[in-house]
Amino acid sequence: MKLKTILMGSAIAGVSSMAFAQDMASDMTLVSWGGAYQASQQKAYVEPYLEMNPDVSITWDESSAEAVAKLRAMNEAGNITWDLVDVVASDAIRLCDEGLAMEIDFNEMLAEGDDGSSAEDDFGDFIVSDCYIPQIVYSTAAAYRPDLLPEGAPAPDSICAFFDTETYPGKRALEQRPINNLEWALLCDGVAKDDIYDVLETEEGQDQAFAKLDTIKDDIVWWSAAAEPPQLLADGEIVMGSSYNGRWFSAIEEQDQPFEMLWDAQVFDLDGWIIPTGLPEDRLARVMDFVRYATDTQRLADQAKYISYGPARASSAPLVGDHAELGIPMGPHMPTAPENSENVFVYNYTWWADYRDDLDSKFQAWLAQ
Amino acid sequence: MSDATQNGPMLAADGRPLKASLRRALRRQKMRALMLIAPLLIFILITFIAPIADMLFRSVENNIVSDTLPRTVEALDDWEYASGETPGEPVFDAMFVDLFIAAERKEHTRLGSRLNYQETGISSLFRQTGRDVEDMAEVYEDQFDALNEIWRDGAFWAELMGDPDWFAEAQGAEDAGPRFRINDEMEDRLPRTAEAYRVFARFTQNEDEDNPASERPWPLVHAMLYADLTDGAAIDAYTGFGAEELTAAKEAVPGFEAPTYREAFLEVDEDWASVEMWGTIKAYSGEFTSGYFLNAVDRELTPHGIETLPSDQSVYLKLFWRTIWMSLTITFMTILLGYPVAYLLANLPMRKSSLLMILVLLPFWTSLLVRTSAWKVLLQQQGVINDILVWAGILSDSGRLVMINNQLGTIIAMTHILLPFMILPLYSVMATIPPSFVRASKSLGATNWTTFWRVYFPQSVPGIGAGSILVFILAIGYYITPALVGGTDGIFISNRIAYHISSSLNWGLAAALGSILLAAVLVLYWAYDRIVGIDNVKLG
Repeated sequence: MKLKTILMGSAIAGVSSMAFAQDMASDMTLVSWGGAYQASQQKAYVEPYLEMNPDVSITWDESSAEAVAKLRAMNEAGNITWDLVDVVASDAIRLCDEGLAMEIDFNEMLAEGDDGSSAEDDFGDFIVSDCYIPQIVYSTAAAYRPDLLPEGAPAPDSICAFFDTETYPGKRALEQRPINNLEWALLCDGVAKDDIYDVLETEEGQDQAFAKLDTIKDDIVWWSAAAEPPQLLADGEIVMGSSYNGRWFSAIEEQDQPFEMLWDAQVFDLDGWIIPTGLPEDRLARVMDFVRYATDTQRLADQAKYISYGPARASSAPLVGDHAELGIPMGPHMPTAPENSENVFVYNYTWWADYRDDLDSKFQAWLAQ
Repeated sequence: MSDATQNGPMLAADGRPLKASLRRALRRQKMRALMLIAPLLIFILITFIAPIADMLFRSVENNIVSDTLPRTVEALDDWEYASGETPGEPVFDAMFVDLFIAAERKEHTRLGSRLNYQETGISSLFRQTGRDVEDMAEVYEDQFDALNEIWRDGAFWAELMGDPDWFAEAQGAEDAGPRFRINDEMEDRLPRTAEAYRVFARFTQNEDEDNPASERPWPLVHAMLYADLTDGAAIDAYTGFGAEELTAAKEAVPGFEAPTYREAFLEVDEDWASVEMWGTIKAYSGEFTSGYFLNAVDRELTPHGIETLPSDQSVYLKLFWRTIWMSLTITFMTILLGYPVAYLLANLPMRKSSLLMILVLLPFWTSLLVRTSAWKVLLQQQGVINDILVWAGILSDSGRLVMINNQLGTIIAMTHILLPFMILPLYSVMATIPPSFVRASKSLGATNWTTFWRVYFPQSVPGIGAGSILVFILAIGYYITPALVGGTDGIFISNRIAYHISSSLNWGLAAALGSILLAAVLVLYWAYDRIVGIDNVKLG
């Protein structure tokens, strides 16, 4: 492992050159997704934080999609260059499992809610891992184009419209992975919502889900980037598709596309911060200071001004206001809004952590058949 | 050669044998040449070859199991999967110690993820048990506490278990204090307690940077003390520090409430009784494993030998095959399309050929993503090509062609993207073919076709060879374009490698797939060398 020693050596050299910093480092590297989402973070809390701390400089790295792999590589090389990383919940769970993310003491490290509730209560059920500070709730939801539906067809009101090619002929876009699709297939095959993961655990249940997907296999366009379904729908390539609700919001409200949301069996997911393990003390102190500020009640509510994702703190919900540029109220566009979340599908992170490999190879084999 | 005819070897001017002197001069020359390329060589070695070798090594590396569960692996030696029975108490005892230490180090979840690649459910089993393993040990800690408060005291433990000299130094020392040394006598009398305490002390010093002399030990140490005492530890003759407390404890332990670890594990999760699960641990307990390579060819190493995966889970062989035949198709397409272009480039007047050259190079200066996205706009069902065909009345509106998100899409887009890699080597070879040959052939009465086929084409073959190797090797490793336009049946093996590197984190499998791909390329290269001859390749 000659390579490792060399890398370690350079890491040590890097660390020692920063030893002159005082209690808190003045540089910070944040990792996020780029695009509108990162812009919302920049405006809602990075800019105000920099105003309060003019001597701090923040660098963005748009690597969240490969965060897990890159953190693992950094950890092996012994040189962690990131300070705070934005990842989805399932990645956070894996990073925590791998010991690559620091454990969080919620009440100690994070601010109390505005309503006086402890941080742990305020985040409530959204705390899905010991290492994960949730920021926003987004959902994978469906949308369709009313003008592409056949004449006389009723407006779809259920996710099962995806499986009803007779009433709604045409292509539909689904994400190219087993997660969400298998659940929806079972749901539309008559399995009760609460039983889905129990059924999916069995061989017969998996076969049942794939058999249901088989019925529409030829009509599916698979996507791997969330920007694809709005584009496909705008081009008329598909009649309906699944994507993140923020993408639909920006297509519908900001770009005036003639889409309609289909808020049925939308699947909640989280986006939040993890802090890599093994940060030197001064950098850690700076990160903790920033995180405490960036995840307080007001800041999370502010973020919703720029993007239609719901704040993960319960106490932020009443503070959500209008869109920063369009001026429309954001509340009704949140996946967490009561009228949108009448029928939410709760996605089981830990279950998927276990079954992902198995089902993924089955899914790939099924696709290839 | 003529040495034998003379009395001695031929001598150089300085009296040394000529052969040796010549060899020396040559060696010096070689060394000088080597020195010249040394910087590049070292650079490539460090930045290219070493990381690749390190990565490929992961395809067989498997010491995580024996590193994390050393005691369990040893205890499992006496157990046979074929017996069909859950392992006995000693294995569970060993697993308890291993898992407790792993949970303190937060390594158990990593191991769980590793084993979960082989047997679904192990990951959550380890995660769940890792949370509860501390409770199992606290049963003992509480009972020792109730017996005598002193068992709660970190300093007492340190004086009892530590080497007296070490303890004297460590007392009151700042931070982690001097490196921990165990008391040899205790190691003989209470071997398991001493081992557990040593692990605790080292961990406290190295990871937490605290002084073990003032830290309360893990409950694991109490649990091991119980185990030692009930096993009849030889402390009767012991008169040193803490003899009184130990004797009292030894008398009390038979009255302790002590569920066996097996019971405790089964209470956490019944899967601990699963023979399959234990079989998997045993099958993967070696330092090296063939498991990843077997997975990469749709086989699986199970406790009962190597098995073929059911067809609804086998993907890789199919993908390897597809990657190779599609890359060959793409290579062939680039020859077909590139040859005439290169011919024109080489034979048109200077001004026209420079213009053409710019057109060939233009795609090089455009981002790969832009080019791929452009193909989407052109090829999709509501796209430009379909629209024109429908408008021209060639297709009906309902009969639009599906040209993207399938193999056709990948072949079209990749042929376009890789075309310059074929045209440029072809052009550089064609530019060196003297036009006089063609004129000579024609003046001797050959038709245009014969001239081309018998005179021109054979001379351009080295260009085809170079272009084919370039295009094929690039194509076989492509993954962005197939991911964007390949849909489900147009993706390559590299897409799965990328998935395992960045999403599933199964780097071992990714390394195995990568090694196989590398080997396949080398074999094809060798075959090419045998058939065409690598000397016939001209890159410029």
